[in-house]
Amino acid sequence: MGEVLLEVKNLQKYFSTPRGMLHAVDNVSFTIEKGKTLGVVGESGCGKTTCGRTILRLTEPTGGQVLFEGKDVSKYKGRELAHLRRDMQIIFQDPFSSLDPRMSVSQIIAEPIKYNKLLHGKEAIDARVLELMDTVGLSRRMVNSYPHELDGGRRQRVGIARALALNPKFIVCDEPVSALDVSIQAQILNLLDELQDSLGLTYMFITHDLAVVNHFADDIAVMYLGQLVEKAPAEELFDNPLHPYTKALLSAIPVPDTHAKNKRIVLKGEITSPINPGEECRFAKRCLYADDCCKGKGPELVEVKPGHFVACHHCGIANQ
Amino acid sequence: METKNTVLDIENLSVEFHVDGEIAKSVTDVTIKLHEGTTLGLVGETGAGKTTTALAALNLIQCPPGVIKADKIEVCGNDMLHAKQHELEKIRGKDISMIFQDPMTSLNPVFDVGTQIQESILLHEKLSREEAWEKAMQMLELVGIPRERGHEYPHQFSGGMKQRVVIAISLACTPKVLIADEPTTALDVTIQAQVLEMMKELRDKYGTAMIMITHDLGIVAESCDYVAVMYAGRIIEYGTLDEIFNNTRHPYTEGLFNSLPNIHNRVGKLKPIPGMMPDPRSIPEGCAFADRCPYATDECRRTLPETLKVNDDHVVACLRYNEPDFMIERSRKNG
Repeated sequence: MGEVLLEVKNLQKYFSTPRGMLHAVDNVSFTIEKGKTLGVVGESGCGKTTCGRTILRLTEPTGGQVLFEGKDVSKYKGRELAHLRRDMQIIFQDPFSSLDPRMSVSQIIAEPIKYNKLLHGKEAIDARVLELMDTVGLSRRMVNSYPHELDGGRRQRVGIARALALNPKFIVCDEPVSALDVSIQAQILNLLDELQDSLGLTYMFITHDLAVVNHFADDIAVMYLGQLVEKAPAEELFDNPLHPYTKALLSAIPVPDTHAKNKRIVLKGEITSPINPGEECRFAKRCLYADDCCKGKGPELVEVKPGHFVACHHCGIANQ
Repeated sequence: METKNTVLDIENLSVEFHVDGEIAKSVTDVTIKLHEGTTLGLVGETGAGKTTTALAALNLIQCPPGVIKADKIEVCGNDMLHAKQHELEKIRGKDISMIFQDPMTSLNPVFDVGTQIQESILLHEKLSREEAWEKAMQMLELVGIPRERGHEYPHQFSGGMKQRVVIAISLACTPKVLIADEPTTALDVTIQAQVLEMMKELRDKYGTAMIMITHDLGIVAESCDYVAVMYAGRIIEYGTLDEIFNNTRHPYTEGLFNSLPNIHNRVGKLKPIPGMMPDPRSIPEGCAFADRCPYATDECRRTLPETLKVNDDHVVACLRYNEPDFMIERSRKNG
């Protein structure tokens, strides 16, 4: 077991809406080891992005703890918080809206360096910007280009260079490739992989595309309506999914192979509202195996095999 | 194959856009024949000309700035190229219909969904308002939405349900040809599975011919009979699903397959296609893919490849197949 870089304990984020409390992230706990990647998967609206943003303190948690290198950062304020941002960075989903259209590539990459006063003097900063551009594979002639002149893949490279500018230890990658074409997607995934090896980065990789995390993550956590329903090493999760939702999710991926005729589990039924959800299992309304037991108290996350956690009353039944 | 009716017939279609004194060649020499009850997958990167081809089939391209040239665009025997506006309105929605990419913006926010389905039925069929409403409600149930929700407005539906409403509208008059432009890109995988399943059922029920525009080869493998791969406005490989997937010939198609993360194989790096697609305003004179192609020769950069016949069900546009022994890596492995 390696050194734990990030530990999240019972993280909660509720939003107040006119109709009640929206449970975006509800008692989520996990750990990420140094140099590893945790893939977080789930449908849109399941709270994966909010979870990532809450860890970075881009939104304030309602409850729970975030331990970064053993220290609780969820109460950090002012200067402490600013220092924390040097260690934790984010790559945003949409490379089209996450870059300021009125700043050039060099200004965008230099901004965090200037703000944190990491380097002084124009020359040192310019040299660092060019170095970062080389690292992410952006040609140096684009240093004075503006975002609208770049295509999606290059813009995402600018976003990555900006995240790397402060030499962070931990990066939240929030769907970094979902807005890109497959051929460009592969370029960016390979880049992130190389950077992890060379800089020893730790990633939390948020995505809805299971094929992408399978390629990339060491561990995978599956979220459903704000809760963690299953967590396991990537290989284990793909070979032996236990939660009925994970199974449906895996079977729903279209496979680019004419010989693979896998049986697809099509989910029916309405999605439970995340506003004031009851005690019961939140997946019960769409679940093939739900019975009266599931309408009672919701299942806890239990370790069924070393490293493999699942939250389901019927894991035995679902796998027969 | 010849016994079935041809419902969509496009021959040598070219679409250009003349903007600011520059000419952008969006689509060049595209020929597509679609038979009743079959599904064609149109695959390629953003900007390859997939959507423009589809819009041209409906004669929906604004001219100017667009310039359409074609030997033939026929939908169920109707000449789309020379039809008048009122004739086109009769054909669109009745014989050929389209599902647009983004369900969030293709519905009108100020009408309830029932009215929007009813509108298309009233335009094309001689039914009273009540009868048309009844049919609209049947369509809604067909796509799995209870009829009680017919009076609700688009913002009250989730993304998957909105897409199903859009599908209900396009299928309301049981068109012979349905063009689906990335119908599931905006949806989650489990919802995507539901929508694809439903489209398959509807095709079997009504014998609708479909063009499925997508960049997801997984969706193609599951729902298409034929595949056309587009690159920089041209179809560079065309054939049956089995031929394209298991007897791949074009280096670009190979590159697309290599870029995909594979669920069953975690090891190894992805092999992306280096570089970018050429700008449609300055497409090189030779093969447009030559600059990104690992097999390209100097000849490829000079000469435009002709479409070569691999067998009865498969054509490819690549110069290197003039050499008798040429093979791409993927077909070496498969062979």
